[in-house]
Amino acid sequence: MNLFKIARRNITVKPLNTALSLVLLAFGVGIISLLIVVEHRLQEQFDRNIKDIDMVLGAKGSPLQLILANVYHIDVPTGNISRSEAERIMKHPYIESGIPLAYGDNYAMHRIVGTTHAYHEHYGTQLAEGKLFDAPYTATIGAAVAQTTGLKIGDTFYSAHGLKDATDVHADHAFTVVGIYEENGSVIDQLILTPMESVWGVHIEEAEERGENPEDEITAVLLKKKNALAIVTLPNLLRETNMQIALPSIEINRLQTNFGIGMQTLRAIALLIMAISFVSVFISLYTSLRERRYELALMRTMGATRFTLFALILLEGMLLTLAGIAVGLATSRVGLLLLGDRVKDKFRYEIADMALLDGEYLLTIITIFVGVLASLLPAIAAVRIDISKTLADA
Amino acid sequence: MLRTSQLRFRYDGGPSFEFPDVVCDSRQHLLLLGESGTGKTTLLHLLAGMLRPTGGKVEVDNQDLTRLSGKELDRFRGARIGVVFQTAHFVQSLSVEDNLVLPQFLAGKPVNRARAAELLRRMNLEHKLKQAPRALSIGEQQRVAIARALINEPAIVLADEPTSALDDKNAAQVIALLEEQAALTGAALVIVTHDQRLKDRFANRVTL
Repeated sequence: MNLFKIARRNITVKPLNTALSLVLLAFGVGIISLLIVVEHRLQEQFDRNIKDIDMVLGAKGSPLQLILANVYHIDVPTGNISRSEAERIMKHPYIESGIPLAYGDNYAMHRIVGTTHAYHEHYGTQLAEGKLFDAPYTATIGAAVAQTTGLKIGDTFYSAHGLKDATDVHADHAFTVVGIYEENGSVIDQLILTPMESVWGVHIEEAEERGENPEDEITAVLLKKKNALAIVTLPNLLRETNMQIALPSIEINRLQTNFGIGMQTLRAIALLIMAISFVSVFISLYTSLRERRYELALMRTMGATRFTLFALILLEGMLLTLAGIAVGLATSRVGLLLLGDRVKDKFRYEIADMALLDGEYLLTIITIFVGVLASLLPAIAAVRIDISKTLADA
Repeated sequence: MLRTSQLRFRYDGGPSFEFPDVVCDSRQHLLLLGESGTGKTTLLHLLAGMLRPTGGKVEVDNQDLTRLSGKELDRFRGARIGVVFQTAHFVQSLSVEDNLVLPQFLAGKPVNRARAAELLRRMNLEHKLKQAPRALSIGEQQRVAIARALINEPAIVLADEPTSALDDKNAAQVIALLEEQAALTGAALVIVTHDQRLKDRFANRVTL
């Protein structure tokens, strides 16, 4: 027998009375927790992939699209650019280095990107097994690619035209997997890397039909600047070409400001639900207190002090709040698993991680604090019960 | 034992009462009789330390209740005074057994479930140990309430109209148990009532 047991029994004896408070509380905590995690994971992914890429050089079009396509590989590219022209920019004195990317095909929804070893070196991605791509039609695949496709070293596969579907297969050029990268959370995890010659080779006939030299076509270049003036100088140099440069930090910032409004709305709704749930905790404790006045007065005749009753009601509020938090966080994790699969399908990002974030610890602490506040008034009412009057009136 | 002297009480803006001095030793019985409005319940609450008198004093077990602080009074009441009310009330979320050991816990004593079972056996209710209080009949509930009043071996047992809600058969059974068990525990028994059925049973009577 202890106070905790009495509090627990009082809460569970009439489950319907407490269910509403619990559901509301869990719902509010769940949504806020989900928002915190999704925002955090996306931010983390954005930051990780943007790592030291100052500018992206690509075909004219939407600068945001250019960034999404070439830094994150979640949008289609704006078009092709001339390799010789791009190389001229890469050699500009204000530019320190550039990583060329050439792509347009996929295998099982994973992009086959023709590039140099500088690409994975930039992200610090290490080999898990095998070796790096070195000759045309050799490929080193990302960890997530290996996982979802089951490709192993020595396996061969055919690329399909486009970035998503597998209807138009280039059946004359088989790629051989020569290595698999270690997972490091960067965009490389989701890509199949190969020398640029492979990509040109696959498209040589199409390009010749159009009378173009395929070896002169690439999709984009990831640039690292040497001099901050590059940002103002390069756009002038590109004015007469079909090329543009875009700044990932600026575009992503803009993107987040737009989708931040949606996030803010969700957050406001979640806070409203939380507020309602605290009112509901308060009402639930208060009505149960009124129903139990006689019980509480009785406990006083049996030796309970005013403080005992105060502690009992506070404990009941606390149990309700903690149960709400636990159910809420559990719901958020289940939601995350469900959402994680969809996000992975659509954006190829991993967001499901079961560990609690700092923001969620803060959420827990604040929720407990407000839970205490909601229980305080009923607890004080319990302290003020006049035992003689209550027992005489019964 | 119980002793009062010059006990007075006035409700805020309400009636005031002056009570005759009462004495009741261990193992003795005292019947306080009076019609409605004579302050029977008020007196009982004063004796139990649930109300503070306007004047005079209440001594239980040689302790003057009027000298105790609020918290001391709560503790003293839990440890030395057992109260049986007109209708039995329980903490409804707890089983009969837990309701019986509740006074032990609340008075800061070690929880002794064997004593709860023993008391319930004496009330012929040992088979109700694990049930919810509301599953018991009114007569059974009143017997459990007596067991609860006795569990901490109090110096006095105060009963407020313990039989008025019961039929003749249950009333006789309850009052017999009350007498018998109070005597077994060595407690003084004070019954406040207007129930005519009890008058002839007790020689020691005070009419308000």
